[in-house]
This record gives sequence, structure tokens and C-alpha cells, in this order.
Amino acid sequence: MPDRFVAGDRVRTRIADPPGHTRLPRYARGARGEIVATAGHHPLADERARGLGSAPRAVYHVRFPASELFGDGEHAVVVELWEDYLEPDGSRS
Amino acid sequence: MSGEHASSPVAAQVRHVEALLEERGWLAPGEVDERIDAFAAGGSPAHGAAIVARAWTDPGYRERLLADGNAAIAELGYSMGGALQEQKLTVMANGPDEHHVVVCTLCSCYPIALLGPSPGWYKSEAYRSRVVRDPRGVLREFGVELPATTRITVWDASAESRYLVLPRRPDGTDGLGEEELAGLVTRKGLIGTALV
Repeated sequence: MPDRFVAGDRVRTRIADPPGHTRLPRYARGARGEIVATAGHHPLADERARGLGSAPRAVYHVRFPASELFGDGEHAVVVELWEDYLEPDGSRS
Repeated sequence: MSGEHASSPVAAQVRHVEALLEERGWLAPGEVDERIDAFAAGGSPAHGAAIVARAWTDPGYRERLLADGNAAIAELGYSMGGALQEQKLTVMANGPDEHHVVVCTLCSCYPIALLGPSPGWYKSEAYRSRVVRDPRGVLREFGVELPATTRITVWDASAESRYLVLPRRPDGTDGLGEEELAGLVTRKGLIGTALV
């Protein structure tokens, strides 16, 4: 399977709060950001934590402006996210 | 991995499970600590400092380090192996216009091979929750006052990558050799909570 995103793509993180382990931090849910780079391919932590087999899939460095995460702030936060957590963001800020 | 760890109910459960495993002979007493020690063995901030000193003195190396951290540290005999699989190393260069700082908000992910075991504050809930929200304020508490024009990027080690900050080479160090330069680099500098 080809990677779903490339550097420069605008994405939006999922908003759902899963019942088990996940590595999409709560503060970065439902947020719009930009793919910085692909950071390799790894099994999804959510599935591994449940003892399920999990195929490696792309993990990305995703940059978010602080204002998008917290409502204000001048800095940026780069979060490393599996592609399962991301949707394409068609909207423009 | 959070704050009040030793006294938490989870810690008590873990101790209970360990005790049961030992009782059944499936785990030797102290085996968990030995495994942890083995995992951390050989890791030291001196490694990170040596990498930085090389990058300060060799522009070609600096370029390779920023482009592919794993390949560049291998040139100096270091590796991000040791866990289940080799971890990807991303190195970010601090400069006059940009400052990078590293955190793991979900637990305490950290490049042990290059920095040794992580300091207590790195694992504290206060650092983990506050540095993503107000890095400038947190850095000020560490004694780092950045110009208002310096952009700050916080890197959250939320998955499989590990991060190392390449601090700026201090002014007035032109005459120093690589070993002396390495002596200037601190663990905090490699995390981004100090300038060097």
C-alpha cells in the first residue's frame, strides 16, 4: 500500500476517543496540521497494545500551529502520528 | 510513567504481578531491573555531546546528521538499536531564528542510547503537560530566555521516532578542539531546555 500522505499535505486528526490505548495525544485531536515528513513504517500501537497483529503503515511528523491546538500561542508542535489517525483536510484556514 | 509513580495503584499491581511470577519461578528476583539496566547500558549524554561536537567542527557531518540521523551517528559508532526495532533518529538544529525542544507527552520516550536514562523532570507531568502549551514560559524557568523573534518548535515523541537537538555552537569557541567542545554540551542542551 502506498503512503496516504506526502510532505506538505494538509491533514486533520481524528476526534474520536478510542476505548483503549492510542498514541494520538488528546490535545492533538480534531486539529489541522501539515505533514512535515514520513518517519518510517510501523505497526499501529493501538492494535499492538491489544495483542492484535498489525501491518506496518506510514507514520508522519505532523506540524500544528499552537493556535490550532490551544486557541493561542506563537509556537508550533510537531507530533508523530500514524496515518490511521489522519484524514485529508480539504478546508482552508 | 507519570508523576507519583512509585505509590500509584498501577505500580502496586505491577509489583504484585512480579511477585506472583517470581513465586512460580517464571521470573528471577531482580530480573526486570537487570533487563532495564541492560537496555540502558552504554547510553550516556557523552555520546550525544560527541555527535554535536563533530557537527560543530565538520559542516559535511552536520548536513548528514540533519538529513539522516541514524546513518550519521553510525559513522561515530552509535546506534538507535537496542529496543524491539531500530528507532528513527531525527536531529533538529537550533539557530538564531528557531529553537527546538523535545518532550514525550504520552509517557517518557527518550533517546537513551545517546543521552543515557532520562532525568526526572523529563518524566514529570508538569514538564510533559506544560512544555507543549507554553514552551517559552517553561524554557524561562530553565533559565533560557529566547528573543521574541525566535520561533519555538516542540517535538512530541508520541510514536517510534526519537529526537536530538543540535544546539548552537557558543561564541568564542573557535580555538577549541572537538573534545573540548563536547565538554561544553549538556544533557539539557540536547533536549532543548538549555542553550548548550
